Order: sequence, then C-alpha cells, then structure tokens
Amino acid sequence: MPPILSIRNLEKTYDGGFQALKPLSLDIHAGEVFALLGPNGAGKTTLISTVCGLVRPSGGQILIGGHDNQTAYRQARRLVGLVPQEMPTLQFEQVRDLIRLSRGLFGLPPDETLIERILKDLSLWDKRDAALKELSGGMKRRVLVAKALVHEPQILFLDEPTAGVDVELRRDMWRIVTDLKARGVTIILTTHYIEEAEEMADRVGVITRGELILVEEKAALMRKLGRKELKVELAEPVSVLPDSLSGLGIELADEGRSLRYIYDAQGERTGITGILNALSDAGLRFHDLHTKQSSLEEIFVDLVKDS
Amino acid sequence: MNFPAMKAIYLWEMARTRRTIMQSIVSPVLSTSLYFIVFGGAIGSRISEVDGVSYGAFIVPGLIMMSLMTQALSNASFGIYFPQFTGTIYEVLSAPVSFLEITIAYVGAAATKAMIVGIIIFLTACLFVPIQLQHPVWALAFFVLTAVSFALLGFIIGIWADNFEKLQFLPLLIVTPLAFLGGSFYSISMLPETWQKLALLNPVVYLISGFRWSFYGQADVSLALSLGMTLLFLLACLWVIHWIFKTGYKLKP
Repeated sequence: MPPILSIRNLEKTYDGGFQALKPLSLDIHAGEVFALLGPNGAGKTTLISTVCGLVRPSGGQILIGGHDNQTAYRQARRLVGLVPQEMPTLQFEQVRDLIRLSRGLFGLPPDETLIERILKDLSLWDKRDAALKELSGGMKRRVLVAKALVHEPQILFLDEPTAGVDVELRRDMWRIVTDLKARGVTIILTTHYIEEAEEMADRVGVITRGELILVEEKAALMRKLGRKELKVELAEPVSVLPDSLSGLGIELADEGRSLRYIYDAQGERTGITGILNALSDAGLRFHDLHTKQSSLEEIFVDLVKDS
Repeated sequence: MNFPAMKAIYLWEMARTRRTIMQSIVSPVLSTSLYFIVFGGAIGSRISEVDGVSYGAFIVPGLIMMSLMTQALSNASFGIYFPQFTGTIYEVLSAPVSFLEITIAYVGAAATKAMIVGIIIFLTACLFVPIQLQHPVWALAFFVLTAVSFALLGFIIGIWADNFEKLQFLPLLIVTPLAFLGGSFYSISMLPETWQKLALLNPVVYLISGFRWSFYGQADVSLALSLGMTLLFLLACLWVIHWIFKTGYKLKP
C-alpha cells in the first residue's frame, strides 16, 4: 500500500534566512501512530505546518493521499486534520458553533449526528452550548480535537497535544489517540515528552536542528539502542573497587553500597557472567541485583547529544 | 469554488455582528445622529444653502459615506486581525479554501455590515431632513463600490497590523482625516483655491462627490472622474491583496 503521507526532500528556510528544515524525506503509513520527537526549536511545528499548508515550503514535495499539497491543495487538505499547539484565546463562541464552522470550512454540509457523536466521544456533549472561555484548559484542547475531526480526516496531526496539561488529562489524550487509531485514523504527533511516544507510537522519528536524524519502529528502536543497566547491591559497602573487578567497566555507586554496570542487551556477550564470577572471586557478597532497560528518553538525549 | 466554506466564514462574521450589536449598529447610528444635531441643526441653521440644497440635506451623502468607509474598514480589519490575534486563523488557512474565497468571504461580510449601517443612517437622516435621491442606481453603485473598496483596504490593514495599536493607527490617523477633508461637511468649492487643488489628491473627495451627485445632481468633480478614481482605488486594493497572497505576507511564512 502506498504511504498516506509522503514527504520528499522537503526544506524550509524562513525569510530571515533561518533554515528550519534541512532536506527531509519521510513516509507515513495509513493507520499508524507516528511520534515526532525533538527538542524545542527542532523543526517539529514547521514540519507539521508545512504539511498542513500553514507554511510555504522552500523546496521538495508533499503528497497527501497521493495529492500534492501545493498543486492539489483542496484534495490534500481534505484528508488532514490539525490540532495546533497554541491554544486560541478569548473565545466567546459556543462549542457547537465552533465545531459547525470547522465542518463548513471544509465545504461539507452540516451533520448534526456526526457532531453529536464526536462531542460525546470527547466528553464534550454536556458543554456543547458553553462558551469556549468558560471551559477548562483540558476541555478547550478537546474542543480543538473535535474541530479537527469534524470533517472526518484520514490523518490527524497533534502538535504537542499534552504540553502543559496535568497527568490525568494526558492519560485522557492518550485514550483519545488510542480510540482514533482503532477507527483507522493515521496520527502524527509531536512531543517532547518521551513517555508519550513510548506509550502511544508505533514508530518514532527524531528531529533536531531541522534534520530528521532517525526514523524507527519504536520497539526496534528500544531494542537497538536500548542499553541495560545492572545494579548489584552489596551486602557490605566497599570504599575501593577490588583489583579483580577493575577493567570490566564497573563503577561504584551509592557511596560504595552498590556496583553499576552498563551493557548492551543485544550484544553477543553482555559480560555479566564474568562480572558475577569476579565478584565471587573477590569475596564480595551481595543481597540483591536488578537490571533496568534505558527509556526512550535516555536514548533520545544520547541521540540529540551525538548529532 | 468552495461556496459552503465562503458561506461558513461569511455567516460566522455576520454572527459576530449580532453578538456585538451595540458596537456594530447602535454606536454609528448614535454618532451620526449627533452629527446631524451639531452640524445640521446648530451650525446648519446659520448656513442657508449649499448649491441650492439645505445644509442639513447636503451633508447626508457625506455622512453616509464617512460611516460606510469607517465601518467597512474597521469591520474588515478587525475581522481578519482577530483570528490572527486569537490563533484561530490556522483553521481557515489549513482548510481547502483558496485565498480568493477567504477574501471574498471576509470582505463581503465587512462590506455587508457597513452597508447595513449606511442604510440605517440613510433612514435616520430621512427623519431629520427632506432627502431627494435623483439617481438611485448610481447611488447604489457608489455605495457598494465604496463599501467593498474600504473593506478591501481594511482587510489589508488587518493582515498588516500585528498589534491593536497598528490596527487603530491607520484608520485614526489617515482615513478619518481624509474622510473629514473629503468634503463630507462642505463642498470643495467652498475651500480657498490652493486647498481645492490639494483636496483633489484625496481619493475620498471623488467617492463623496460621486455619491452626492447621485442624490442632488451636483458634484465637485465630474461623474466619470469620480467613478474612475473609485475603481482605481478598488483595483489598487485588489492588487495589494493579490501580492499578499502571492507572497504569503504575514499569513503564510
């Protein structure tokens, strides 16, 4: 199946000369959740805005469902819904009117049944006649999601969907994404919360300084780049590492109460057996040991640092 | 053409008028009535007639034009500035709507609102002074052309402005003086000769002159010149908007 979104050599240099996107290519498959990770100012929003038609590309091509987003922008934009990062301010309009406007902008006839379903799905039905300014921040964000969904897009862009919201609301947003995915909507979200990508994404792209430095299946990425940490809690603290243990990559931690060893879980030899033997040879007794997989966040920090 | 989208924007903008009915309709009517009392009643009673028309009746076309221009300008500038200010403009710009459709919808709504105010002022004026309308078709033509032209100018200002100060600046510092000096309250022929020549540089003179001619059959400049200048002004605004959309100026970086 051809990708639902195909970006080829897309670049963007703003009028001031700032190059926000270096030539970048990316394919998004129908039905997947793709997380675009990157630090602030990496080019995430520029990339999304260019696909959605808010920013003019300096070069390259964007095909949405096979339609060029410059020459066939009407067909292309019909397939896309956008939930922006910035929350619109000062709205006196009622929720349902806002949703109706969004549908109208896409040239579609009114559909009150659909609007009712979307508002109910997003737990907004009770607030349908409330003015936007009366709603809490989380509710407002859901209104934005409703507005983006009311023309039944095939691709939904969520730009920083959980920036600055509390934990409960973040979980709420994750549930919404899961529901949408189940309906077959392709979702592209940007975030700098790694746990968000870890929780929701099928694939992860990492962007930094306008360059897409990596695109990988999330699980594969975790496997490939995931390093593990072995921690051995000693029965009695030591002040110096015994000679037999030096040169193995072990560090003293917790003021000598434990030993720390970082290894590649995918490696042929992890070195763990050797370490355990060396511990026994040195006569060090331990009362516990545990291993920890590095999180996407740690992987991400490493990647961005290296690039 | 995406007509449903244009309709959606148009109706949305018109709904804003309903929400702010005092500001949109009542205040221009009130201020125009005050003009009638001050200029028509107090001062007008000391000026007998201008070119055979009572002063109170003479100022009616100018007053309508002045309100029409300021209303079209402020409605259109506010209409396109506000979604940029609140951040909702993304929705219009990412929808399958062309720039032409966006312009028609916003400018159409602003012009409509201004024309509603203009008609209300006309009806209010009928209560104060006897008014004749010699060339109703021409009056309508100047009325619509002026509303559309100034709505286009307002649209440009609304895109250009990046704060409320700028949004107020142009109408206040340029358009209001031009409207006042454009012969709303007097005939250009009443000015000293040098000022008469200078006045001809003011585009508003042609609009008011043409509009007044359609009421009383008398004008400061010829009808053809009035119409030509009005159309020229309209085309200039259209050209600027075309340039804005071609370059993405401020709307699409």
